Amino acid sequence: VTELTLVQAVNRGLQEAMRADPDVLVLGEDVGVNGGVFRATEGLFKEFGDSRVIDTPLSETGIVGAAIGMALYGLKPVAEIQFLDFIYPAFDQIVSELSKFRYRSGGQYPCHVVIRAPYGGGVKGGLYHSQSTEAYFCHTAGLKVAIPSTPADAKGLLLTAIHDEDPVMFLEPKRIYRSVTGEVPDGDHRVPFGHARLVREGSDVSLFAYGAMVPPSMEAAEALSQEGIQAEVIDPRTLVPLDETAIVTSVEKTGRAVIVHEAARFCGVGAELAAVIAEKAFFSLKSPVARVTGYDTPFPYALENLYLPNAEKIAHAARSAVRAS
Amino acid sequence: MPPASSATPAARDTSPPREAEFPNDRALEAYRWMVLSRSTDERCLSLQRQGRIGFYAPLLGQEAAQVGCALALRPEDWVFPAYRELAVALTRGVPLRSIVDQLIGNSADLSKGRQMPNHFGFAAQRFVVASSPIGTQITQAVGAAMAAQRRKDPIVTVPFFGDGATSSNDFHAGMNFAGVFRTPTIFFCQNNQWAISLPREKQTRSRTLAEKAEAYGFPGVVVDGTDLRAVFRAVSAARERAVRGEGPTLVEAQVYRLGPHSTSDDPKRYRSDAEVAEWKSRDPIARFRAELLKAGLLDESGDQKILEAARAEVQAAIDAGEAARPMAPSSIFDDVFAELTPRLIEERDGFESNPGGGASHP
Repeated sequence: VTELTLVQAVNRGLQEAMRADPDVLVLGEDVGVNGGVFRATEGLFKEFGDSRVIDTPLSETGIVGAAIGMALYGLKPVAEIQFLDFIYPAFDQIVSELSKFRYRSGGQYPCHVVIRAPYGGGVKGGLYHSQSTEAYFCHTAGLKVAIPSTPADAKGLLLTAIHDEDPVMFLEPKRIYRSVTGEVPDGDHRVPFGHARLVREGSDVSLFAYGAMVPPSMEAAEALSQEGIQAEVIDPRTLVPLDETAIVTSVEKTGRAVIVHEAARFCGVGAELAAVIAEKAFFSLKSPVARVTGYDTPFPYALENLYLPNAEKIAHAARSAVRAS
Repeated sequence: MPPASSATPAARDTSPPREAEFPNDRALEAYRWMVLSRSTDERCLSLQRQGRIGFYAPLLGQEAAQVGCALALRPEDWVFPAYRELAVALTRGVPLRSIVDQLIGNSADLSKGRQMPNHFGFAAQRFVVASSPIGTQITQAVGAAMAAQRRKDPIVTVPFFGDGATSSNDFHAGMNFAGVFRTPTIFFCQNNQWAISLPREKQTRSRTLAEKAEAYGFPGVVVDGTDLRAVFRAVSAARERAVRGEGPTLVEAQVYRLGPHSTSDDPKRYRSDAEVAEWKSRDPIARFRAELLKAGLLDESGDQKILEAARAEVQAAIDAGEAARPMAPSSIFDDVFAELTPRLIEERDGFESNPGGGASHP
């Protein structure tokens, strides 16, 4: 066990995967000599050289297209997109190609690529270094979507992603890259996909949060506890596949659900979680499902703290849910 | 001569003429592949009109470019086709039966009926499954070439695309990556003069498509795509360069799409009969046939036998394909992932208990 930040845990996961398997390689912008703009690939270039830590020209469609070709050939590429906000030139490759290779070839061409991208707000990044657009990828059949909220999960989910047989969008909450530290198991630590993490047990209301929204949800839960409200906090860890059982079981216990994400509300992941709860736990509900999310606006630079969910907003929603019944 | 608006083929064949001359002992094989693809084309256009297949994109006029290129490649090379590369698939040894199964989308289709006709994929022949978006296979082919470099495999990867694709994002990204990483890639562009309704000269101001390679730091050659031998020479030279570690080549094979873009297209809306007639007079199959007859490699009765054999093979493939069972309904849910997710299992179970009920929760 080693104490690491979240970004260090990503780095450690990459390093261990590359040491264990010569087919694993990293490609992206500034990932080599520079070690990545967030230092997620620091030290890898020195250890593995330029044939496995590939500084690419500035083209996201080139990065993902090339990664797809490498994967078809039998390698295990981990592509870094510098910010999720810059992934759209590669959207065609991800949505039309990567996600559909296995399906459209009748299983002849599995295409296992991991795409890592830092995402999310709270870093004074403005419109183009802050967005949380995980829903685009969740909506595309054939992609798995993993989002860690702790250093241990960052390494564990990343190693699972690298060993998975399907394409994985691995979205890293950059706001907590360094603000969160935690113990990370050494060695081949893998966290299975589709298994939510029970972050905090509670009986009165369920808070569902992932990525950088887990810490404020925990903060809200602690505050609520002072008021005698016991909030359960659940981190789904992977949005695809989604641990619906954990969600339904928790709502059956608490009867109340508050869904938290920093992405815009409309057609966000919260809409799907709310639908799952409505379809499968409706008769357990004591109050309407609540969502605490970003607004349906572009991401505002100067006012980002007002845009983003925080402990106060989350606690307010949970309190309202408890008082409603 | 073709109309002034079109590029003039043959004028700028810059490929080395001598070192990789097309071997005469493969001439009849090449001719058979061309005739077989033409016979398939003709039948498929009528099958589509009869409603027996849903769609078809003919390669009429591009046979010499495709067969000439494919014969210059080796089985271990990787082909990244677009959706018009039927003759490439045949030449690489894909059974016609497999092609027809895909056109029909039956249970024998190796792609399990998942795609429109012409979007073939045959892993055994290293013929990567095609898609409809234009140009996306180009960066993928470059990535596969980077993987081959890493594995030190002496192979080439070959993305196939048309003149329209040279305007796509992935063409430029792929060419750039290939130049930077010096990948063993042959960019095989069949410039068939028309991207649906847009003529070549409205696609780019460049004098040739091949000259675009210059900007990415590697050679581009123009070749008369109606001349099978010239295509073979150009691709052979490019292949040799690539496996020697000298990097990529862009080959622009100048051809003409004699048919419609697809069965959904009416080319009379945008181009003249005179232009089509001009290019028809330079039919690549007729040209090669004349060469074979002149060289004594083929006679009239041999030619007739080849044509009859091709037609019989096409008929047999259609008969078998139409007799095959349709895909099993529940197969909809397979191959989304390596294993079904709980959500997909739930949807499949709901589908099986009530196939007409959509994806509703049970």
